[in-house]
Amino acid sequence: MSYTLAEKILKTHSNVDEISPGQFVEADIDLIMVHEQLGGRIHLEYKKLGLDTVWDPNKIFFILDHWVPAPTISAAQMHQDCRKFAEEYGFIHNMGMDKGICHQVLPEMGFARPGMLIVGSDSHTTTYGAFNCLSTGIGATDVSVVFATGKLWFKVPESIKINLHGHFEKGTMAKDFILSLIGDISTKGAIYKSLEFHGDGAKNLTIDSRMTITNMVVEAGAKFGIFLPDDRLKEWLAKRTSKQYRNVVPDETAEYQRELTYNLSEITPTVAKPSNPGNIAKIEEVEGIEIDQAFLGSCTNGRMEDLRIAAKILEGNKIHPKVRMIVTPASREIYLQALKEGLLEIFLRANAIVTNSTCGACIGGHLGVLGPNEVCISSTNRNFKGRMGDPTSEVYLASPATVAASAINGSIKDPRGLL
Amino acid sequence: MDLIKGYAYILGDDISTDDIVPSHTLTMRDSDDMVKHTLEFIDPYFSKNVDKGNIIIAGENFGTGSSREEAVHVFKFLGIKAVVARSFARIYFRNLMNNGIPAISLKWDLNQFAKEDVIKISLLKGIIINKSKNITLNFEKIPDFLMDILENDGVINQLKKKL
Repeated sequence: MSYTLAEKILKTHSNVDEISPGQFVEADIDLIMVHEQLGGRIHLEYKKLGLDTVWDPNKIFFILDHWVPAPTISAAQMHQDCRKFAEEYGFIHNMGMDKGICHQVLPEMGFARPGMLIVGSDSHTTTYGAFNCLSTGIGATDVSVVFATGKLWFKVPESIKINLHGHFEKGTMAKDFILSLIGDISTKGAIYKSLEFHGDGAKNLTIDSRMTITNMVVEAGAKFGIFLPDDRLKEWLAKRTSKQYRNVVPDETAEYQRELTYNLSEITPTVAKPSNPGNIAKIEEVEGIEIDQAFLGSCTNGRMEDLRIAAKILEGNKIHPKVRMIVTPASREIYLQALKEGLLEIFLRANAIVTNSTCGACIGGHLGVLGPNEVCISSTNRNFKGRMGDPTSEVYLASPATVAASAINGSIKDPRGLL
Repeated sequence: MDLIKGYAYILGDDISTDDIVPSHTLTMRDSDDMVKHTLEFIDPYFSKNVDKGNIIIAGENFGTGSSREEAVHVFKFLGIKAVVARSFARIYFRNLMNNGIPAISLKWDLNQFAKEDVIKISLLKGIIINKSKNITLNFEKIPDFLMDILENDGVINQLKKKL
């Protein structure tokens, strides 16, 4: 038998001799990530089981990131519930609220490694696929099942092979590619599928870019998005972990449900118009649309390459007087690195507001909530009605370069001429 | 769990968990408060009129987006009996089943269901009957291990028995 990456990793985690798409398997979980959902539904569901232990407190990664620091009393109470549970059940990897957004901090700390099977109480848990592991989001009851047993059932997915070639042109980024892909296959195009990224183009991508792509595969419905291992990944991991890992590559004769090929040099700046990530347009169709807010940050695009390109565009310029720009680095590590490189000073001198690391604005939680009829260009991953604030507000999803160019211009702007 | 009876409530494609439970309600500590906001941006009267529409009939990619299980919990709280959709987002599908609400995949047409139609479902036979329109449609039967979760009114109850 020959296997895709998803089939190989599910097989090594299940007690089965053979594996094929459509089959249900019970798999052993290597790591589970939980955030504020712990104090939302999870603690309520888990308490129903009447257990006074969890299966393995060493395999739980717990972090507060959505509402940090707490903007309301109810959020503070949610944090109290989270902490209480983490203490009661002896969580070992309790990250608190000072480190940043889960999907950035977990890999930064070397917890995502090739061959692992990771689940998390957040739909963007697919991000860790950038590290050659299988990872996906689950709900509160499934988290409770994992806390109790360390196992979870999976339907073995069909895989879609995506061949990438070449490099991005100046001003075009991984965000433009993933938005283009979602536009091409639609928001339901990959439901229950695993997306596998192959080719020289995939190797050319930075780890930051790979994370942007695997982060948003869920917007096409995908269960997993996964990259093959290479030297770039090896170097990245060498800085982050001393733990052993085994690279996983798919068999050459593995079967794919479909194959798609992209030349990255042909990708151009792309946005998702309100109010669905599948409502894709080329930059030319939306240029000139006036904005009230420009947001740079999130688990999709709050990393160093995102901040660097935005700073390059903003340096020596001012944000348009009618626009407010909010910059939220994805983690404290990134915040510190941006400080060191002078990027935060560039943002501040351009009149942007720099916040602590949090999911805040992306979920309309705090630090950048939109009012009625306001328009925001955002480097985040979802633009559903009311996602970032009032239900009449509108969100255009775009790359960090497009966000920065638009912030200066006061309306949506192609960044390519500015670099 | 086999027979389900209720009234249809129609929703379109790409209904997200943000639509079902808007983010601003997520830190609410009382379910009574949260359920009032169910689907508020689409239909502010949804939670009040739920008795007239307790079987959701939806389009493609139902439950897309965030993994927030509150988006199923509010349905459970309001007494939603089943969700029929052309397709489901995978996390939402699991969350429904895990809470004992059947998730039924069915490729249906706009002329087959309307708001408040009288619906009867047999999970074991894999049929859905629209009594108001006198139509019977077949759906792929739910696998046995998922039926067992439904029989137990959710995965937590099922697991409790095994522990």
